[in-house]
Amino acid sequence: MNPEQIIFLVVAGATLVSGLMVVTTRNLVHAALWLVATLFGVAVVYAILNAGFIAVVQIVIYVGAIAILFIFAVMLTRKDMRDTGPQLNKGWWTGALIAVLAFGGLVTLFQSWAGISKTAAAIPSDFDAVGLLGSQLTSPDAFVLPFEVASVLLLAAMVGAVYVAFTRK
Amino acid sequence: MIPLSWYLFFSAALFSIGLFGALSRRNAVAILLGIELMLNSVNVNLVAFWRYGDISMMAGQVFAIIVFAVAAAEVSVGLALVISVYRRRNTVIADELDMLKW
Repeated sequence: MNPEQIIFLVVAGATLVSGLMVVTTRNLVHAALWLVATLFGVAVVYAILNAGFIAVVQIVIYVGAIAILFIFAVMLTRKDMRDTGPQLNKGWWTGALIAVLAFGGLVTLFQSWAGISKTAAAIPSDFDAVGLLGSQLTSPDAFVLPFEVASVLLLAAMVGAVYVAFTRK
Repeated sequence: MIPLSWYLFFSAALFSIGLFGALSRRNAVAILLGIELMLNSVNVNLVAFWRYGDISMMAGQVFAIIVFAVAAAEVSVGLALVISVYRRRNTVIADELDMLKW
């Protein structure tokens, strides 16, 4: 086992444990903080995959914006988040069963696929992933249309969020 | 070198954890936390397939960035809805939000 594999196993284990804490802990502020730990772990996985830009975007958007939004939402609806009472609904074992079945189904699906044990080719030393990503995102031959659609979607979501959460005087 | 299967098993486990959270939690904010975990696990898959395929094809990373944008839109509208519902109904427990049920 080489150092890269050991780093991956440690990071993946810590990420999965914090993910389990997100869905099981009673206090929702703690759940949001465990989500921050999970997102950091996923960012490290992106870094191991040589996707540095995605790792930075993960930290900036998820940890910097989305997790903070969650913490604000938990604080704004705090009165009903008493730590007493059940945090899981009555049919929680059905949810657990569906999750276990989904995991088992995915694992059997992976094992019947031939490309599963593929290893990555080495990245050439002059390969500029971020430059290539930027030029492809704005090139009319590649992904400029999804890029613009995503920006329109973000604008619509912003207007919608302001409208829905607006207090009428 | 890490084989592709490790990333796929990791993201399948993270997806199942998020699925359990989204199906089983009572609080609407906690359901959204589970959905975030599921979106993250999908992104791990997309970036892993980019890395293990032809790295000059950036479609995997572009798709991951689109998923980031959709996740940001989803969580902002979702939390705005939760806050609006809390103002009107004074609850965020998903079982108690049954106005649409006759």
